[in-house]
Formats: sequence, C-alpha cells, structure tokens
Amino acid sequence: MAQNPNRPLSPHLEVYRWGPHMAASIFHRATGFTLATAGMMTLLWWLYAIATGPEAYATFQAYIIDAGAEATALQTATNWLFRLVCLAVVWSFFQHVSSGLRHLLMDLGANFELKANRTSALIVFITSTTATALVALLVASRYLGN
Amino acid sequence: MGTGTGLGRVRGLGSAKHGSKHWMNQRLTAVSNLLLTSWLVISLILLPNFEHEALAAWLAQPLVAVPMMLMLVSIFTHARLGLQVLIEDYIHDEGSKFAALIVLNFYVIGAASFGIFMIAKHAFTGAPA
Repeated sequence: MAQNPNRPLSPHLEVYRWGPHMAASIFHRATGFTLATAGMMTLLWWLYAIATGPEAYATFQAYIIDAGAEATALQTATNWLFRLVCLAVVWSFFQHVSSGLRHLLMDLGANFELKANRTSALIVFITSTTATALVALLVASRYLGN
Repeated sequence: MGTGTGLGRVRGLGSAKHGSKHWMNQRLTAVSNLLLTSWLVISLILLPNFEHEALAAWLAQPLVAVPMMLMLVSIFTHARLGLQVLIEDYIHDEGSKFAALIVLNFYVIGAASFGIFMIAKHAFTGAPA
C-alpha cells in the first residue's frame, strides 16, 4: 500500500494565508492539545492535592500560586514557569470553548458566509483574550503580592 | 490480496464505517464538557475561599464528587477523540502512528482513572478535618 509521494495534497498549514478563520481552526487544535496535556495534569494534581491533605495542597500552591518570600531563586523561577503554563492553559480553555461553540454553530450549517465567518473567528479571539485578562487580573489582585 | 488473514483481507478496502460515531461522540462530549466545566467554574466562584479546608469539604459532597467524576470521563473521552485526529493527521509513519495511538489510550485511561480514584477515595474516607 505504498503511497505515491507526489500525490496531490490538500492545503495545509504552510500553504494557507494567515487570517482569523484559519487561525481559529489551527488554534482549536493547538489549544486542545494544551488542555489535554498541561491542563489535565494541573487539574489532576489539584484533585490529588485536595484529596491528600493540607501539606500536599500547600506544595501545589507553592508551585502554582506563590512560592512565598523565603523561596530559593530556583523555586521562584519554577513558580513563574508554572504561572506562565497556567496562563496558557486559561487562555487555551477560553479559546477552545468559544472556538468550540463556533464549531457547533457551523455544524448546524450556519456561519459559512465569508464575512460572517471571519467576524465570528475574530470574536472568538477577542473573547478568549479578554476573559483570560480578567482572570489574570482577578488572581493577581486577590492572591498575589500581599 | 494479503496472506488470507482477516487483517490482510480488509487492508486497503477503505474506512471501517466508524467515522460518524467518532464525529458524533466528539460533539456529544463537547456539549457535556461545556455543561460540566460551567458547573465547575460557577461552583468554585461560590466558594468562600480556596484554602484546603474549604476545598476538602466541598469535594467530599456527593453533588460535587459525582459531577467532578463525570467531568473527568467527559473531558478525557473528548481529549482521546481529539488527539486521535491530531495523531492521524500529523504522524505519517504507520509504525509511529500506531505507537502514538497506544500511548494516547494508555494516557487518557490512566489519567482519568487516577483522577476518579482520588475523588472517590476523598469522598468515601471523608475530609480529614
């Protein structure tokens, strides 16, 4: 069943011109991957920490939320790495949810007109970025730096 | 065609006609993910604080533990279907594709089982406080 390497291919990532519509599609896949890996691992760690006890939960908080004032440089750096990962996971969540809703709308056969399709893709990006900024502000104001 | 084994006879004959089930399950779990993650977000917002004591008491309740388990099943099913498509689309070598699909299945079943076990253990043995 050897494939002819010169067979015609459907257009893919390097061929498309970047625009909101194709970006929404490729980011739906990329954010899905982020959520399934980093997102799920964080969620499972959180559940494990709650179920295991206050000490395990304190460890989770030290990595994810705040390493504290007495942390070593390595712990602070690790904490910032996890914060960045969490920010990526939060954005991925909002992006995947809003892009997924657009997907379900298109499954109904709607939103295929070029302009409307482009507009809805833009709305998806604006919604996810705004929601992520709000969550980041809320977390920063309530749980960090006091 | 082939060696006469079952696999040899069906190879190259096209799809196994399971595509529409995959497609439908992806949509079905998309909707259940939407409902269950919305529940999680609202439920978390309603908590007084995110200290261990409050979260432990919250997670031990049946009406929290059960939707949390259902959410894990729904999300991991959705992730399994979605990542399967990613692997099929981007890994072209047959051997690596097969290996990646096995790893994917081990990962989602292992991770979901771990999460469900932790919730069940916590709900059955009770919050320590």
